[in-house]
Amino acid sequence: MFKNAAELVELAEKGNIPISEVMIRQEMEVKQVTREQVYTQMERNLDVMEKAVEDGLKGVKSHSGLTGGDAVLIQTYMKNHKPLSGHLLMDAVSKAVATNEVNAAMGTICATPTAGSAGCVPGTLFAVKNQLNPTRDQMVRYLFTSGAFGFIVANNASISGAAGGCQAEVGSAAGMAAAAIVEMAGGSPSQSAEAMAITLKNMIGLICDPVAGLVEVPCVKRNAMGASNAVVAADMALAGVTSRIPCDEVIDTMYKVGQRMPTDFRETAKGGLAATATGKKLEAQVYGNVQKS
Amino acid sequence: MKYRSVFDIIGPVMIGPSSSHTAGAARIGRAARHLFGREPKYAHVYFYGSFAETYKGHGTDVAIIGGLLDYDTDDTRIRSSLETASNRGIDVNFYEEAAQTDHPNTARIVIGDDDREIELVGISIGGGKVEITELDGFELRLSGSHPAILLIHNDRYGAIASATTILASHEINIGRMEVSRKAQGEQALMVIEVDQNIEDYVLNELERADHITQVARISD
Repeated sequence: MFKNAAELVELAEKGNIPISEVMIRQEMEVKQVTREQVYTQMERNLDVMEKAVEDGLKGVKSHSGLTGGDAVLIQTYMKNHKPLSGHLLMDAVSKAVATNEVNAAMGTICATPTAGSAGCVPGTLFAVKNQLNPTRDQMVRYLFTSGAFGFIVANNASISGAAGGCQAEVGSAAGMAAAAIVEMAGGSPSQSAEAMAITLKNMIGLICDPVAGLVEVPCVKRNAMGASNAVVAADMALAGVTSRIPCDEVIDTMYKVGQRMPTDFRETAKGGLAATATGKKLEAQVYGNVQKS
Repeated sequence: MKYRSVFDIIGPVMIGPSSSHTAGAARIGRAARHLFGREPKYAHVYFYGSFAETYKGHGTDVAIIGGLLDYDTDDTRIRSSLETASNRGIDVNFYEEAAQTDHPNTARIVIGDDDREIELVGISIGGGKVEITELDGFELRLSGSHPAILLIHNDRYGAIASATTILASHEINIGRMEVSRKAQGEQALMVIEVDQNIEDYVLNELERADHITQVARISD
């Protein structure tokens, strides 16, 4: 079993196989199941993600009313304007937002690696798809590659906002997405690790401060930025840019920063944006509404 | 390693909004339901840490009760679990606890009916993954990354052998095993983590075995 990114990259490069293949083989061995069983389960997850993006792009609204409808706004803007940050980037952003809007509305999503960070991986996937025209197989593999890097973070650091802040959730998700984009675009396993490192470096320190304790504000927009961070980092890695601090050390740093993060900033809704005047006002409104209904 | 499967990372498929506070909570509730073995008549749920602060916003209460009704993480009936429980006459109470716990997402659940009561502590460690750390005063480390069998048995010779013999006869490999007891000669808890999900007929056979008073299973 690979324990860190260095081992994962080595397994892939020595075996001359993509990272997705390392992950598939490990899963078969750990669970003692066939390739088909592993593959089919991941295909089902892909279907759920696709449906969530579709639902979100039709427009949803959460029970609290705090989030919903932004994915539609962005798509409409893209039809009528040439987005300054480029079509693919805004497409990824809108699809990440769509997923998290569905999540906030208690819709069905696939956690990647968590529900609060569920937008980054599918958001980037369904945007990059339109440019790279991958096969369905490559799309399933995208999820195995993301999963391989998430697996490393989960075992060496944390993927829990309550334990490590938003950097552990959206930071991990964005890094996972970046690594998977690289593989889909034809980059090497080590370039995937570089993309993960570059992404996560730029999310270290991000706190988890949900307004009213809801996975809505600022979570939905954090996924938007996580997705764009992933696309940019993947492009940088594909260009040959490397991270001066290796991927595993970045992950370890994220973990240590999370450990020293005060509890107010770890999913308690006591600090950060949740503690602002507006955050508090929204909280009172939300629970006022709940009691009335 | 706490996480062993890629599907701990890409998954679960679930009803939003939070993998730790909704899906994880549903899994803790469902583990309680499976360990109890039937629908309880009452449930007291104590929340600690982040669970205590944010359970309403995350639907942690709704999800735990959904789990107690045996709903999986992606079961849309979770959304109306409180109403369902109320309609079925299940008395449900939530308590926000101020005590510090080792893990920020901790829940203590006491469920029961006229005949029996169980108490367990579950933690939600991230991405929907959970661990059961206490059952009826027995400390345990039920990782949740493997299917497992939990057996309450008389603390006497032969109890462990009767269980492992049955598993061996079905060619079921034991990955990890622990036995704990509160006092000598009384009841003990055997936790057996295995590599594959345990079928009903194996569970039934274990239930009939010598010295074993109660069986429960956690599926993958």
